[in-house]
Amino acid sequence: MLEIKNLHVKLEEEDKVILKGVDLKIGAGEVHAIMGPNGSGKSTLSYVLSGRDGYEVTEGSATLEGEELLEMEPEERAAAGLFLAFQYPVEIPGVGNMTFLRTAVNAQRKARGEEELSAGDFLKVVRAKAKTLKIDADMLKRPVNVGFSGGEKKRNEILQMAMLEPKMCILDETDSGLDVDAMKLVSEGVNALRDEGRSFLVITHYQRLLDHIKPDFVHIMAAGRIIKSGGPELALEVENNGYADLLAEAE
Amino acid sequence: MMALPQAKTDALQARTATLTAQGTGWLGSARRDAEARLAAMGLPGKRDEYWRYTDPTSLTQEAPVPAALFDAGDEAPAFDGIDAVKLVFVDGVFDAAQSDDPSLAGVEITHLSAADGLDIHWARELYGVLEARGQNPVQRPLATLNTAYATEGFLIRATGKAAMPISFLYHHRSETSDALIHHCIKLDAGAELTVLENGPGAARFTKVMEVDVADGARFHHIRAQGRDHERRAATHVFSRIGEKALFKSFTLTANGCLTRNEQIIELVGDDGVAHVAGAAVGDGTFHHDDTVFVTHAALRCESRQVFKKVLKNGAVGVFQGKILVKQGAQKTDGYQISQSLLLDGDSQFLAKPELEIYADDVKCSHGSTSGAIDETALFYLQSRGVPKRVAQSLLVLAFLAEAIDEIEDETIAEDIRSRLEGWLQRHEH
Repeated sequence: MLEIKNLHVKLEEEDKVILKGVDLKIGAGEVHAIMGPNGSGKSTLSYVLSGRDGYEVTEGSATLEGEELLEMEPEERAAAGLFLAFQYPVEIPGVGNMTFLRTAVNAQRKARGEEELSAGDFLKVVRAKAKTLKIDADMLKRPVNVGFSGGEKKRNEILQMAMLEPKMCILDETDSGLDVDAMKLVSEGVNALRDEGRSFLVITHYQRLLDHIKPDFVHIMAAGRIIKSGGPELALEVENNGYADLLAEAE
Repeated sequence: MMALPQAKTDALQARTATLTAQGTGWLGSARRDAEARLAAMGLPGKRDEYWRYTDPTSLTQEAPVPAALFDAGDEAPAFDGIDAVKLVFVDGVFDAAQSDDPSLAGVEITHLSAADGLDIHWARELYGVLEARGQNPVQRPLATLNTAYATEGFLIRATGKAAMPISFLYHHRSETSDALIHHCIKLDAGAELTVLENGPGAARFTKVMEVDVADGARFHHIRAQGRDHERRAATHVFSRIGEKALFKSFTLTANGCLTRNEQIIELVGDDGVAHVAGAAVGDGTFHHDDTVFVTHAALRCESRQVFKKVLKNGAVGVFQGKILVKQGAQKTDGYQISQSLLLDGDSQFLAKPELEIYADDVKCSHGSTSGAIDETALFYLQSRGVPKRVAQSLLVLAFLAEAIDEIEDETIAEDIRSRLEGWLQRHEH
């Protein structure tokens, strides 16, 4: 599904190298987790994959089902099936959540040469999906994320994911700012989307999210590289011992 | 009274050389009164404080600067789908043949040319009266010039709920036309009327609308100023709002190398409401000036000013907005916001928000901002698959939304919205 090879990235405006040769291969239907200390480059990896400005790729590649992602505009990556659930979902005053969702869904369908959803069909689908995420009609009507609580914002991210049905989902610290109940709700939303054709990359600091969204593989990232990969047990090891041992081992 | 400097007198003479204060009846005397007031104040000049951000030269010089005509292509005129009584002016002259029967609106309506000989007592108390009241504390000579010399326009009186909106269409057909239009609108207690205005008017358009909204009456004004880029316009709306009355005015402007829209609002009855809003989108030599003066002279009145401008390629936006709360106007609720979205580094927004308050129990706020498109929001939209151009249009529309939301009638608001959407998509903002 997603294949990252020897990815080197620096900040555009500064001489600061953030990713120093990341290699990662995610197969169809797999769930991978990336853990790592602050400043290790986890969020940068998610931004670079989704096409945010401000980063310069100096070496390496990232392909989604064989297509080079790094050459594409952010909207083309989305249409190709990539989705990033933001750590800090953006508030957009003046744009209704429903308008936003419909514009996004139809833009992607159009880019893929599919027919656009009619207003009626769209409404039916969005209502059903919103209900399972406990998103009420009022949240759909309000401007995108404006006045939403932390939990509401994250649920709204998952709703977008459910509507857009991407192939490759990246969750950037989706657990941050969530209480136990909200985390459960969000995780259930994610788990409902798991299937053999859809892959996930879950970025998190903490093991507890991985109790809800069970990964097939866990990677530890530090100083711009993946320093260790393993199964779910690796996350428990981090939880119990911290990163220090792993970092020392990698040195 | 101090004599005017010779240069000012000469300039005024040049501007009014071909104009005369016409009529022998009440209208004639109102015009001559205005002519005398104008002679005492002269025309605005570049050095006048009130014209600091907008050069009035092309509005005050002898002849208008020729303005090329604009071809809107297959775009339907604004408010085309709205059921209304259409009254058409071509280069500032009423064209009855192209217009609907004015009586269909269910209001009393008289063209200025017929009014002088009729004893329309309500109009005597309105024509030039609100304009003259609005000269203090700041002079507005172009409005006075209009009162003195306009021969085109309508006197409209609504005594109840009007059957239909009145829709004025101002066509621009001659590259050198110079138009003066003066409307007086009187809403009796409890009456309701919507007035739509659309079109550039003329190469140079000097307009006055005086609106008297009596107790409990409701007046809605929605205007689209046409897309002729080379036209120049100075418009004034003088309004007086009675007890529990409502006045709402919204203006959409795209293009226009000079537009000065003045709103002079006086809340004279308790619990009155006045909302003025504007959305302007301009490019290049676009220069757009909203000048607003709201006077609170009664208890518990509410006023809102919401002005938004989207500027690029060196376009200039101006906002001068004032709220004056008079002594005793307690529980006033005044709100003013003026914002610009600068799409590049060349554009300019000049804002002068003012509050002057003589009552101690009031709520007044004002804010003014300039900013660029929010890159984070843009990326968020793109990351969901929305193409950059569409995302930008969405954000521009979102920026203008607060102003457009001031339009109460949803059909009219939707007309304005879809029009803007079309422009933005075509113009690649």
